Amino acid sequence: MNEVTAQFEAERRRVPLIDGIEKVTGKALYTADLNHADALVGRIFRSPVSHGEILRLDVSKARALEGVVAIVTGEDCRHPYGVLPVAMNEYPMARDKVRYRGEPVAAVAAVDAATAQRALDLIEFEVRELPGYYTAQAARAPDATLIHHDKPGNLERQVHHTFGDVAQGFAEADLVREVNIDCAEVNHAQIELHAALVEYDPFTERLTMRSTSQVTYYLHLMLARCLEMEQSRIRVIKPFVGGGFGARVEVLNFEIITALLARAAQGKVMMELTREENFLTHRARPQTSMRIKLGMTKDGRMTACEAEVTQRGGAYAGYGIVTILYAGALLHGIYDIPAIKYDGYRVYANLPPCGAMRGHGGVTVRHAFEVLVDRMARELGFDPFEVRRKNLLHAPMRTANDLTINSYGLAECLDRVEKASGWRERIGKLPRGKGLGLACSHYVSGAAKPIHWTGEPHATVNVKVDFDGGITALTGAADIGQGSSTMVAIAVSDTLGVPIERVRVIAGDSAITPKDNGAYSSRITFMVGNAAIDAAKNLRSLLIDAAARKLEARPEDVIAEHGVFRVGYGGQSVLSFDEVVREALVDEGTITAKGTFTCPPEAQGGKHKGGAVGSTMGFSYAAQVVEVSVDEDTGEVSVDKIWAALDCGRAINPLAVEGQIEGSVWMGLGQGVAEETRYLEGLPAHASMLEYRVATSAESPPIEVHIVESIDPNGPFGAKEASEGALASAPPALVNAIANAVGIDLDQLPVTPDRVVEALVERRRKARREAMRKAAS
Amino acid sequence: MSKNPLLPSKELVRLKVNGRWREDAVADNQLLIDYLRDVAGLTGTKMGCDGGECGACTVLVDDRPVLSCLTLAVRCAGRSVETIEGLAAYSRPSALQRAFHEKLGTQCGYCTPGMIMAAEALLRQNPHPNEDEIRGALAGNLCRCTGYVKIIESVQTAAEAAR
Repeated sequence: MNEVTAQFEAERRRVPLIDGIEKVTGKALYTADLNHADALVGRIFRSPVSHGEILRLDVSKARALEGVVAIVTGEDCRHPYGVLPVAMNEYPMARDKVRYRGEPVAAVAAVDAATAQRALDLIEFEVRELPGYYTAQAARAPDATLIHHDKPGNLERQVHHTFGDVAQGFAEADLVREVNIDCAEVNHAQIELHAALVEYDPFTERLTMRSTSQVTYYLHLMLARCLEMEQSRIRVIKPFVGGGFGARVEVLNFEIITALLARAAQGKVMMELTREENFLTHRARPQTSMRIKLGMTKDGRMTACEAEVTQRGGAYAGYGIVTILYAGALLHGIYDIPAIKYDGYRVYANLPPCGAMRGHGGVTVRHAFEVLVDRMARELGFDPFEVRRKNLLHAPMRTANDLTINSYGLAECLDRVEKASGWRERIGKLPRGKGLGLACSHYVSGAAKPIHWTGEPHATVNVKVDFDGGITALTGAADIGQGSSTMVAIAVSDTLGVPIERVRVIAGDSAITPKDNGAYSSRITFMVGNAAIDAAKNLRSLLIDAAARKLEARPEDVIAEHGVFRVGYGGQSVLSFDEVVREALVDEGTITAKGTFTCPPEAQGGKHKGGAVGSTMGFSYAAQVVEVSVDEDTGEVSVDKIWAALDCGRAINPLAVEGQIEGSVWMGLGQGVAEETRYLEGLPAHASMLEYRVATSAESPPIEVHIVESIDPNGPFGAKEASEGALASAPPALVNAIANAVGIDLDQLPVTPDRVVEALVERRRKARREAMRKAAS
Repeated sequence: MSKNPLLPSKELVRLKVNGRWREDAVADNQLLIDYLRDVAGLTGTKMGCDGGECGACTVLVDDRPVLSCLTLAVRCAGRSVETIEGLAAYSRPSALQRAFHEKLGTQCGYCTPGMIMAAEALLRQNPHPNEDEIRGALAGNLCRCTGYVKIIESVQTAAEAAR
């Protein structure tokens, strides 16, 4: 254990959020709370049809309305934008064609909301309708009209990856089984509605954007691109953000539209989307159909896996290519499987575009896989824990698809939830209708290769100290409620050996803070945490030099801890932190130290096409047991309790880690039990918080969290991610528990009462047929 | 004189907001949430949906939790409205606010004001609720971050502190 880690260990405690008081007192200002009394009101005109050629768009009547200050349309932005430089095929407002119902077509800035709304009603829009495709199957039909002219078969991307000898693997298996599993599309449903406040200064030709973004740097780039502005004239500020979960992990159309409006109006525009518009903006987890085949020997060893995955991606590319690559890559890296074949299809459809959502790409395949493992274990007579233990990995290692695994705490996760849930004593002995289910999952601690490759470090943090002795950490990392600013404060204060109260964190303002790629792929703790430690170490070494000068000692003899500097433990010469800072500032002035973090090339994935996706410095691992009660008359499933263990390397802040695990398990459970989007000919039938069923406190189970610390060799203080890894094991643990409770195998998510009843009826029919056959023979 | 149909009629409304009486000309159709945020400048109360689905806009009217996005401001004439800002007397967080902070009952913080007001209403009526009573009282307030685990714990902690 190095010196920094030792000190950190000694002082570790449960740290509330450094911005928590603002949140609980209502002082925290989110985008919609910012003063906008002088701002114009922005509103978006959206396509009433799912697919069509634009014949006429006439905004003249709207423009003539008193109080309308600016109107923008697709004509005002000729640059497509998007996530991947190779797949930008979306315009902020449609040009030539509309591809989903609700797609932005034009926008208005007016003096008040009522005027803006009346202006929308005056917009004339004529479309020649084209056939709409609402399933991947319909979109892929040979005679289907192309949604994008350059994408034959309406296929955004297909992936075919084979690692190892799959044929040989299946030949060696004693049991080969296959499942077809379907998972509904879900939505992030973060509670804060999307909003943007943009100010354009016509004199300096500068633009200031405040938005509900998780990725302010990418927003900055796309604003410059779409508005054809110099990047240096743009400033992006992230106010408090009310949750993300991936909803804001790509630049969203309304953000660019608001900027276009502000520039057209030569002023300030506030855009607040409604809940329905939030659902239309979407960018969440796609509906996914999967066929998964697994080979197993009679002693429970996995020999080969084959997966065919089809994602209905919606109308535009977004993160689609990454999502379909993740689904294949994350078949690896959790169990020892010698051969894996993956075929992925990302399909366009005339629906709101999908994107990244917590557990990006891995959740649905993990679900299908974990359900299949349980069914095969049952057939071979193995306990669910036993079969998984037979297939564990051993770190450090490299997977068949070239992912590095440096720490692996899954075995301990299994031990912890097995014991905590009383599995051995209870499994098979529960009363009818009650059951236990197990599943495992994993996730990356930050994508090792950034989407936008510039050669810069993966993360940069500055720490500043001035005459007042206060330390200000500057980071571009977007705190969206996960507590990343608190993590930075802990990393800096513990490395410097000062109380956390001495550290302020300023985050997410492009004019002040260093660039950061943003809050996605659970990268912040690992990457920004390491950069923060590096910055604090660099500052500490400057302070130690100053202390050594003052104490007339050698720097290596100076000890810095508990906010003081001394030489040895017995001596009388002790300098306070402020005294050392004053000495350090002599002839220097304000000190700013910098720290960076970069993932080495060997961690950035294989050389095969798409090999960077899934690559990471450290995987988190999770195991969870779900206990359910199933009402066989109504098909209602209630979850009684969940025991979840996560290997997060080291819990820098156990309080925050618990919160992340509870939240991710619960979100996964929601996808398992009730959450589902539904479209009627492209019209969302789910676009409110009443129709989109998010669990309330009344039906949410207690979640018992167990933190496993495998101490990752590269993580900050040994830490890995903690907020996504546990999500994907919730739905399969639920389905496995239902199978255990009432003996039905469910192949569709969510497991709504109608689906459960259907499966129960089918089981009864089967039993009756069986009984009749026996009686007849 | 013909009246502009776009301009709703207003009436002078006297109501108490966080312990202080105030008087404003309030449009007939103005929602309480808009009155609080735009007229009184109290942006702690949040809008999370478009009509009574999420609970983020919960405030107290005469000690009872109401959804300010479904309540007309004029209906609060003569009544006492309390928002999240009113719980912190002279900026000292209340027991509930402290508990939500210390126990991480808040993550992104957006549902938090409504959640705390709903919990406040519960504790005023029932100072020592059991877990089921807490879960029931907060069932109209959606949270997307916490899984409610630490929210329940926060309310329990505040109730315990009051013993």
